[in-house]
Amino acid sequence: MSDKLKATEEQLAYARLLDKGMKLGLLMLVISFAIYVFGIFTPHVPVSDLPAYWSMPVKDYLKATDIHTGWSWVHMVGKGDFLNFIGIAFLAAVTIFCYIRIIPILFRKKDSVYGILAIIEVLVLVLAASGILKSGGH
Amino acid sequence: MVKHYFKLSLLLIVITCFIAITMPAGASTEPLAAAPVVPQSLMPWWGWPLLLFVVTFVMGIVAVLGGVGGGVLFVPIIGGFFPFHIDFVRGAGLLVALAGALAAGPGLLKKGMADLRLAVPVALIASSCAIVGAMIGLALPAKVVNIALGGTILGIVAIMLMAKKSEYPDVPKPDNLSSALRISGVYYEPSLGENINWQIHRTPQGLATFIIIGVMAGMFGLGAGWANVPVLNLMMGAPLKVSVATSKFLLSITDTSAAWIYVNNGAVLPMMVVPSIIGIMLGSIVGVKILAKTKPAAIRYMVIGLLLFAGLRALLKGLGIWN
Repeated sequence: MSDKLKATEEQLAYARLLDKGMKLGLLMLVISFAIYVFGIFTPHVPVSDLPAYWSMPVKDYLKATDIHTGWSWVHMVGKGDFLNFIGIAFLAAVTIFCYIRIIPILFRKKDSVYGILAIIEVLVLVLAASGILKSGGH
Repeated sequence: MVKHYFKLSLLLIVITCFIAITMPAGASTEPLAAAPVVPQSLMPWWGWPLLLFVVTFVMGIVAVLGGVGGGVLFVPIIGGFFPFHIDFVRGAGLLVALAGALAAGPGLLKKGMADLRLAVPVALIASSCAIVGAMIGLALPAKVVNIALGGTILGIVAIMLMAKKSEYPDVPKPDNLSSALRISGVYYEPSLGENINWQIHRTPQGLATFIIIGVMAGMFGLGAGWANVPVLNLMMGAPLKVSVATSKFLLSITDTSAAWIYVNNGAVLPMMVVPSIIGIMLGSIVGVKILAKTKPAAIRYMVIGLLLFAGLRALLKGLGIWN
């Protein structure tokens, strides 16, 4: 089977990094959730109060809990609930790392079109991750 | 004929979304933010996350047996029957679909089933549009989202019932764009014991369709395998296995961009997200084992029935008929 493997060099490089990143991200998520649930770090929103908030529209929830949008969670990672955002953000960033990994391979193979497409994709994902794009709310 | 049905279903989805989006926002009946009062319930606070874990575990099994992504089941079912607001359900739905796609991606890429060359241009369009979709979705009142979601789910049911699949579509000649981008490939098919060469056509039309798919994936947090596969397979002519695998891998990119919008706008509750991801992933593992011993045809109809019910529920909830 292995001799019939047709994946390209950049595809295999992408796959290897994705595999490691995904496993690490899930592990981080499970550990941080255990810390949250067992109350090792005090959460910003007490778990017993959650039923009062999870049925609210997000805009009202943020206002009621005094949580700010964007990357403000970074300042709150000492809280049990916000600790989980490390794993969530990591999982959401794995694809960006994978694209960055294949850009030099694509240019080395003189595949400039795909190299440029990969750079644009990184820029799109970084823009999404930046927190600049705010929804109007409702 | 099949393409005709697919286009009709897609049109139905787009029209429903358009009607829902153009409805006056003032029609919303959402309550205003009030001092947090814990609703009177017999269920302790941990009851709902525990139930969420159990339901997503079953959902993971059913999704594998029914041949659908977990995200498409998650949003209408959890949004329709759990007390969580649709904003948080969509945020969790995207992360559930993302985690599943990230987990499946490495294996599919290494085996050469998912094709990076096919995925890169498609993903660029879909992920850019998913950002727009996510921003629109979060800006709309829940009532409007539920109507559009209900219409979309009913459209998906129509696609699942009508769209045929083509194992090895006939692509006599690749189009100019796919030739220029050198989108073609070869994969090993163990059932035939031989390498399958493939190429695609109608690339511009396919890429244009991913604008709509990307917006909808971001707006509803559904994942988008239900739309990716027919477009890659029936419209663009990629073999079915390559279409399914590339679609799954594509979700890891499309859902990444949309997930960031939900994370950055506060629409992610770890107490919902983590039990859902763990539940659906464990369910998928069990589902794969059951799949080897069961005939999934009946399960597929059960999934269609489930989606039909959940879609109607979302639609009627949005219309204020069934709250």
